[in-house]
Amino acid sequence: MSMPPKIACVEIGGIPVSLSTNHQRFFDLLLGRYEGFLSASRPEFALEFEIIDEGTASDEDVRVRREGPHWLLERGDFSARWDPRTGTGSVRQNANPYSLDSVLRILHSLILAERGGFLLHAASAICDGRAYLFSGVSGAGKTTMTRLAPADVTLLTDEISYVRPNNVYPDDVRPNHVYPEVGIDAYRAFGTPFAGELAKAGENCSAAIASLFFLEQGPENRADELSTAEAVRRLMRNILFFAEDPGLIEKLLATACDFVARVPVRRLTFYPDARVWDEVRHFDGVKEGMPAHV
Amino acid sequence: MSETYIARSSAIAARMLAGEMMVMNSADSTFFTLNEVATAIWQAADGHTPLREIVRERICGEFEIDPEQARTDAEQFVAELSSHGILLVSDHPLPPEVPR
Repeated sequence: MSMPPKIACVEIGGIPVSLSTNHQRFFDLLLGRYEGFLSASRPEFALEFEIIDEGTASDEDVRVRREGPHWLLERGDFSARWDPRTGTGSVRQNANPYSLDSVLRILHSLILAERGGFLLHAASAICDGRAYLFSGVSGAGKTTMTRLAPADVTLLTDEISYVRPNNVYPDDVRPNHVYPEVGIDAYRAFGTPFAGELAKAGENCSAAIASLFFLEQGPENRADELSTAEAVRRLMRNILFFAEDPGLIEKLLATACDFVARVPVRRLTFYPDARVWDEVRHFDGVKEGMPAHV
Repeated sequence: MSETYIARSSAIAARMLAGEMMVMNSADSTFFTLNEVATAIWQAADGHTPLREIVRERICGEFEIDPEQARTDAEQFVAELSSHGILLVSDHPLPPEVPR
């Protein structure tokens, strides 16, 4: 007689996903890795894991494609099938945490694309009750910004930021283009367990987004406006998205345009010492047509 | 002289924001921002209107551009976007949006 699978509910970005497996060591691993994100909520989605012994994490490019109604997620170290109609899927992978992180990131990117949100290559943190996102290519300073943060700043992530429309749960995508007023907390950032160089999970909390900064290191601290097109271009370049699917790309571009129209997006040139947080703290959030954040 | 016909690929996403057309290729994530003239060509790329007619009616008719310069610019623009698979080019009419 086989043992019933062990089940844990992991809630990232307010989206609870049940993860089930018969593999005790893998189960222990996921309990430890997502410790701050375990939830008693009723799962919206479910993934079953079959654990294989061979292989390690892979540097191969991930491939995400449709096969009929299903999504297929494939990389050297895992293969998964996801049915968006039922919200269920199965994963075959080895028992390493990096493969598990990758599968969850892809799953959330697919869910968020349908709901008007996205995952972004960005550090994020809550300062004075508002979330600030710091995006950029590897080496731009995401981890540095989190290391330089004052003690009263709450780290959401140093690597992958989780963004959803604000206050429109559960379906997220705003119907009939009924949006909140410009500048009225249109998007929200959530903590994630997906860590970068800091090797530390973010706090499991969220806040309305005050601003998105694209990082560049330089001799002084200053924030500059970006043109709308440049802001969208940089945002799209840093959104995590894996599926070569025109329909989802269309939705993602629409979301990026909406985000840029509603959230101040600036280039932050910074000298890597703690004074950069003064610039962030004093950021007034004023963008043309936008009230100052309070 | 043979005609050139242009059509938008169905594998792209496009969005007008703040007066600028943004175009993204879903296959390789290349991203373009089109100026006013390029946007006019893009919007007229219906697969059955010859490029020569698009330049005459939509560019020279709407913008103060020398016809010869407009033709050269349009050909460069079409060549660049077609090299990324975003515009499809043919010497005969095409369906309005062509699957790649």
